[in-house]
Amino acid sequence: MDTATAAASVPEADARREAIRVEDLHKSFGNLEVLKGVSLTARQGDVVAIIGGSGSGKSTMLRCINFLETPSSGRIVIGGEEVAMRGDGSPANQKQIERIRTKLAMVFQQFNLWTHRTLLENVIEVPVHVLKVPKSDAVARARQLLERVGLGGKEETYPAYLSGGQQQRAAIARALAVDPSAMLFDEPTSALDPELVGEVLTVIRDLAAEGRTMLLVTHEMKFAREVANHVVYLYQGRIEEQGPPAEVFGNPQSDRLKQFLSSVA
Amino acid sequence: MTGLFEFLGLGASAELLSLSGWGGNLLRGLANSLQIAFGAFGLGLVIGLFGAYGKLYGGKVTRDLLAIYTTVIRAVPELVLILILYYVGSDIINKVSEGLGGGRVEINGVAAGIWVLGVVQGAYATEVLRGAINAVPAGQIEAAKSYGMPGLMIMRRVTIPAMMSFAVPGLANLWLIATKDTALLAVVGFNELTLETRQAASSTRAYFTFFLAAGFLYLMVTLCSGAVFARVEKWARRGQPSLKGGTS
Ligand SMILES: Nc1ncnc2c1ncn2[C@@H]1O[C@H](COP(=O)(O)OP(=O)(O)OP(=O)(O)O)[C@@H](O)[C@H]1O
Ligand SMILES: [Mg+2]
Repeated sequence: MDTATAAASVPEADARREAIRVEDLHKSFGNLEVLKGVSLTARQGDVVAIIGGSGSGKSTMLRCINFLETPSSGRIVIGGEEVAMRGDGSPANQKQIERIRTKLAMVFQQFNLWTHRTLLENVIEVPVHVLKVPKSDAVARARQLLERVGLGGKEETYPAYLSGGQQQRAAIARALAVDPSAMLFDEPTSALDPELVGEVLTVIRDLAAEGRTMLLVTHEMKFAREVANHVVYLYQGRIEEQGPPAEVFGNPQSDRLKQFLSSVA
Repeated sequence: MTGLFEFLGLGASAELLSLSGWGGNLLRGLANSLQIAFGAFGLGLVIGLFGAYGKLYGGKVTRDLLAIYTTVIRAVPELVLILILYYVGSDIINKVSEGLGGGRVEINGVAAGIWVLGVVQGAYATEVLRGAINAVPAGQIEAAKSYGMPGLMIMRRVTIPAMMSFAVPGLANLWLIATKDTALLAVVGFNELTLETRQAASSTRAYFTFFLAAGFLYLMVTLCSGAVFARVEKWARRGQPSLKGGTS
């Protein structure tokens, strides 16, 4: 597969704006090369599911996109703006990174809510302090968002008093509060008890339905098949296979993907 | 009550301790002690915060220098440090003053005390805060980063508030040590509570009375501090369910 031009959607016919483009991304930790040239494009409204075995580099790829990890080489273009990188892959312009990060809201496996702040404070934190939205506006919006993810009435509660599912939904509200142009989900349901997975998936499904752009690392194959319009299978730091979910799940080409799908089924 | 005083032979003590008598001197000494303890604790916190960040995120040279600072300060007895820092400090100031053509400078006792104890406190605070910062779950700092917070804002809005619950018990200890270390400043002739007490005691020969009174004052400081820190800790631990079980 030609990874350099692999696109999430049919390239020619698609006039939707590009949200995220990754070109030939490499990342090594010391001697361990974790990403060996990954390219990927997500257009506005795309839901790209990233699947693959443990250690295949899914999280690392996601984290390179907003520079939580420093890529070793490659190009990253967010909303048409290329992130300036030094020769060693480190961001050349910290201000640019910070600005771009506010457009890419990340939802973590472990939620990572700020435990010393209430849910409302968590949700308004970035709008008020980073985006300089007037506090009253941010609060009103945060209340709506918490309501929307089913946490109305929990505004003044601290995260530690909530279930994992509630915390993750609050984390999604925090992500929505920055009005992101794309959302990055890293296994948002993997830390949850099985009975709590559904409530989080429901929220994500709604976001997909309203046309949010997202990159979603997940082990929930059924869910990926249902919400994604493009699926990427990562194997040992390379994109082994990708395409529409019906193809990838219904008619896998490579043996590795076949094996992977039968192992998670 | 007065009967008890008389029985214990304390009628004279009460007289001696009256505010117009030596009691006023003791309270002035206490005020001086507290002033220095406050200043030193504050200075120690500032040094400690920079020290902790330096140790965690600084370059090799910074880390080595800080390691020397915390090791030396914590290895040498405080009394010796106070003598060294006090005389070295005043010597330097005088040299500078003479170099600039001025005369000898009268060292301000409070400022000197704050500087000397603050440097000592800073070494311990560095370690307390370093441990506390390390205890903050990395994910919370990562989340802040991923939402575009600049470094200083992360420190102010996330790291420092989140580490407080880990730091407060250690800082409370440091504060109590600060109040008690002020007594060591007596050796350089600073009029804090212990020196005032000794002067009152030797002038009146009522050693028992005055040292007991001083002990009582130190105890009160400790008790009040305990109450204040209990509240601070409760605030710092907001959001964390108590281990004793039950919610809120
Ligand atoms: N900070 C790091 N330092 C060194 N090695 C790392 C680091 N982060 C990840 N790795 C290694 O990189 C490889 C890919 O890790 P990554 O977390 O991207 O995998 P993943 O596909 O997300 O796996 P999982 O499904 O288990 O989350 C692993 O071998 C991992 O050990
Ligand atoms: Mg992962």
